[in-house]
Amino acid sequence: MRYAMAVDTKKCVGCSDCVVACQTENDVPIGYCRDWVVESTVGTYPQLETEIRSERCNHCDNSPCVRCCPTGASHYSDGGIVLVTKNKCIGCSACIQSCPYDARFTHPDGYVDKCTFCLHRVKKGMEPACVAVCPTKCMYFGDLDDPNSPVSKILKTRKYKVLAPEAGTKPNVYFLI
Amino acid sequence: MSTSRRDFLKISALGLGAATVGGSAVKAAGKTIFSKDQVNKLMMKRTSTYCEVCFWKCAGWTYSDNDGNIKKIIGHPDDPHCNGRLCPRGTGGVGMYNDEDRLKNPLIRVTGKDGKQTFRDATWDEAFEVIAKGMKKIAKEHGPECVALFTHGSGGKFWGHMLKAYGSKNISAPSYAQCRGPREVAWIGTFGEGLGSPEPLDIRDTKCLVLIGSHLGENMHNGQVQEMSDAIDNGAAIITVDPRFSTVAGKSKFWLPIKPATDIALLLSWIHVLINEDWYDKDYVEKNTYGFDQLKAHVINYTPEWAYGITTIKPDVIRKTAKEMFNASPSVIVHPGRHVTWYGDDTQRLRAMAILNALLGSWGRRGGFYMSDGISIPSFPHPEYPKPTRTWRDAFPGQFNLADLALANGVCDATIPSADRDCSFKGWIVNGTNLIFTLPDIRKTKKAIESLDLLVVIDTMPMEITGYADVVLPECTYLERYDSIRTSRHREPTIALREPAAEPKYNSKPGWWMAKQLGHKLGLDEYFKYNDIEEVLDWQLKQVGSSLEEMKRIGVKKFKRDEDISLYFAKGEEHEFFTNSGKIELYATSFADEGFDPMPKYTAHPEPPEGYYRLNYGRAPMHTFSRTANNPNLTDLMDENVVWVNPKVAKVWELKTGQEVWLENQDGIVSTFSIKVRVTERIRWDSVYMVHGFGHADKKLSRAHGKGASDSELITNVMLDPIMGGTGMRGNFVTFHVDKPSKGGLL
Repeated sequence: MRYAMAVDTKKCVGCSDCVVACQTENDVPIGYCRDWVVESTVGTYPQLETEIRSERCNHCDNSPCVRCCPTGASHYSDGGIVLVTKNKCIGCSACIQSCPYDARFTHPDGYVDKCTFCLHRVKKGMEPACVAVCPTKCMYFGDLDDPNSPVSKILKTRKYKVLAPEAGTKPNVYFLI
Repeated sequence: MSTSRRDFLKISALGLGAATVGGSAVKAAGKTIFSKDQVNKLMMKRTSTYCEVCFWKCAGWTYSDNDGNIKKIIGHPDDPHCNGRLCPRGTGGVGMYNDEDRLKNPLIRVTGKDGKQTFRDATWDEAFEVIAKGMKKIAKEHGPECVALFTHGSGGKFWGHMLKAYGSKNISAPSYAQCRGPREVAWIGTFGEGLGSPEPLDIRDTKCLVLIGSHLGENMHNGQVQEMSDAIDNGAAIITVDPRFSTVAGKSKFWLPIKPATDIALLLSWIHVLINEDWYDKDYVEKNTYGFDQLKAHVINYTPEWAYGITTIKPDVIRKTAKEMFNASPSVIVHPGRHVTWYGDDTQRLRAMAILNALLGSWGRRGGFYMSDGISIPSFPHPEYPKPTRTWRDAFPGQFNLADLALANGVCDATIPSADRDCSFKGWIVNGTNLIFTLPDIRKTKKAIESLDLLVVIDTMPMEITGYADVVLPECTYLERYDSIRTSRHREPTIALREPAAEPKYNSKPGWWMAKQLGHKLGLDEYFKYNDIEEVLDWQLKQVGSSLEEMKRIGVKKFKRDEDISLYFAKGEEHEFFTNSGKIELYATSFADEGFDPMPKYTAHPEPPEGYYRLNYGRAPMHTFSRTANNPNLTDLMDENVVWVNPKVAKVWELKTGQEVWLENQDGIVSTFSIKVRVTERIRWDSVYMVHGFGHADKKLSRAHGKGASDSELITNVMLDPIMGGTGMRGNFVTFHVDKPSKGGLL
C-alpha cells in the first residue's frame, strides 16, 4: 500500500479551502498550516501563464526528515505516510531543516507538526479533509498499488510532475499539468 | 537557514496575490483547546445549517463536541448549492462564531454632560424602548413610510415583516442596485424573467463558458466554481474577457485582455459576426425571438474591425471566439455575472449579453441555462399589512420604472432633505450590511445619516456603520440561531434548515426574536402570534409535507420538479415568454416604451487622466465583502489587500512589491490607510486592481483595523444607470503617494 495524492493545477483556483479545512479538521492553531497554496506566473502581459498548487508534505519514499530524526519520532506509518510521534519529538527541528518542501513547523505545544494525509480519516475509508472539501475537486487521493484508486487512475491519463525531483526524495504528491 | 522559513509558508498560504507581497508573520501560539487525539475521541454532535458567510447559502452540518464547542462545518452532500463541499468561507464560518471582537451587548448612543457622545451597554428592553419611541415619533410626525430597511442576508425577512406591519415597504438591499440589478432588468427585458440566485446556469454540461469580467474562482460562488471545474474536466472552452489576467483567465482557451470600459463594443461585434456569418441558432431565433431584423440592421456597422480600435481585441480573435461559441451552441453560456454595476450603461451591456445567449439558443437548453424550480413555503398567518401611501419611488418621479426592486442608493439619496419631497427618510434600520462600504460615495452616505432621526444597526460585528448608529443590536451568528427555511430554486426544488448549533454567545440574540420583541413594543403583537420560531418553522414545513423534526434529521429535503416545467425546452419547441411580445425580445419593447434604447449601443467612457489608473476591484475567494475581514480563520489566509500594479507602471513610479503606498482618486480623496504594492504582469498598464472589503477604520476590529485600503472610500464618482438606477463604480481613477499625504480619507 502506497498512499499518494495528485493535485490538478488546471482546476485549482487557489481558494485555500484546503488550508482552512485542514485547520478545523486537525485542530491546527490559527497562524499555522499543514498545507498551503502557491501561485506562480510566467510571461509578459498579455502572454501569461499561471500555475496554482495546493502543497503539503510529500510523504516521500526517501524522506530526509525520517532519516535525520534523532529520536525516531518521525517515521513511516501505514501506506508510507510520514508521521511524527509527538511525545517522542524533542523539537530539535532537524527535520524542518532537512525538508526540501518546507512542510514542517514547530507546533506551539513544542513538537514538530505536519500533514498526516488525514490518516485518522483514511483509516475509516474517508478522504483527507482537504480532498473532501475542495470545491474544484482538484485533488485525488488513494493507494498507488491499487490501479483503480482515484490517484492511480488520474496519473495514468494526465501529464504530471513532482516538486524538487533533484532532491531524490521520491515524493508522493503529484501535480497534474 | 533557520526555522523561520515557516514565514514563507505562512505567507504563501495566504493564497493568490499575497504570495509575493508579505503578510503577517506567524502569530503567537494560539490557545489549543484540544489536541487532535482528544478530538477524535469525542463524540461529535451535528446540527443542520446553511451558510451565512455569503449569499450562496450552502447547506451543511455543524459539528460540535460534548461541551458545545463548534469544531467544524461540513457541506451537506444532498445540497445542490455545494454538493457536500463548502468553500473556504463556509469552512471558516466557525471563525465568525469564535471572533472575540463580536458585538456583545445592545448599545445605546448617549451624550454626556460634556457633550461627548458615547455608546453605553443597555438591556434589550431599553434598546427596544429607544427604537420603538423613535419609530412611533417618526410615524406620528412624518408617517411610517419614512422608515426604511437596508438588509443583506437571512435575518432581513423578519425585519421586513416587522417594517411592513409598521406601515412601510421601503425595503432595500445593496445587492440589487450596487450589484446584480442591471442583469435582472436586462434579463427581464429580454427573456421576461430575471436570474435570481443561484443563477440557473448549466455550467457542468456547457461546452463553452464566456466570462465578461466575471472572475469565477476568485468570486467563490460555490456551485458555479464546482461546475466550472466539471466543465474543464469535460473539455469545455472558456473565453475570459478581462483587463486583468484573473485566475480563470489562466484556465481559459481564450483570454481577451480588453481595454477597460469597452465591453459593449466587443459584445456588439460578436453579435454582428454571429448574424453576418449565419453563426446563430436559426430555428430557435425564428420560433422564439422578436426583433431579429431590427437587430441585424442595428449591428450592421459593428464589425470586428470597428471594435478592434475600441477594445484592442484583434478582429481575428473576435471572429475566432464567435465561432467557438457558435460551435458549442446551444451548450454555451455568456455568463451574466453578478456584480455588474460598472459604468452606468450596465443594463445595456447585460442586454447585449442576453441577446448573445438568445442568438446562440442557450436559454432553456442543456449546457446553457436550465429552467429552475423551487418550493414556495407559505408565510405564517398574519393580518394584512397596512397599505403605505408612499414609497421610495415617489422621490424619483418618472425615473427607474424598470427597477424591479428598491434602490439602496435611492433610499440613501431620498434621505437627504429636499424641498421637492413631502417626506425624506427619517429612520433607517440596517441589517447585516456595512453601508459605509457597500454604498458608493461615502460623503453622500454620511450626509444622509446626518439627516436621520433614528439609525438602528443589527450586526454580528462592529462595522463602520455601527459607529453611526443610535442603537446597535448584537445579532448572534448563523451558527447560533434559527432562520427562515431556505427555498432557493435549482435544478430540483430543495429546502434547507438552519438550526442553532450552540447557545448564542455573550448577550447576542437571533433576528427573529429581535423583530418580534420590537413588534411588541410597537403594538404589533397580532403580526407575531407565536411563542418562538420553532412553532413558525414547524407550521410552515408541515404545509409542504415536512416537519421541523424531519428537517433537523435530514437538513436538506429534495422535492420532485413540477411536471409541467421541464428542465430544458424540447427541441424545436415554440415557447411562451413573459415579455410584451411573448417572445425573447432582441428588440426590447419594454425599454422602448420607457424611452430607452431598445437595442444596446456603445458609449465611450472617460479614460484616466495622465498619471492616474482606473481603479478595478474584485473578490478574493476567502473573503465576502467587508464582513469577513476580521474572521480569525479567514484573515489567517489573507489579512490585507494589495494593489496590483503593472511592472511598466511600477517602473515609472519606482514602486516595488511590498512597498506601502497611499492612493488618491480623481476627486482628491486619499485612502485613509496605506496599501502594499504587488507588481505583477497580471494587470494592464492603464488600471490597478484591489480586493474589496479591506481598510477597516473601526478599531474594535482587532485583526482588520488598518489592514489594507478600502476601495469603497475611493469610489466617489458614481455613473448612474438611467434605466434602473444602478451605481456604476468603475469610473474612478487613482494615483500613488509613496509618502503619507497630509490629508486624510473619508473613513
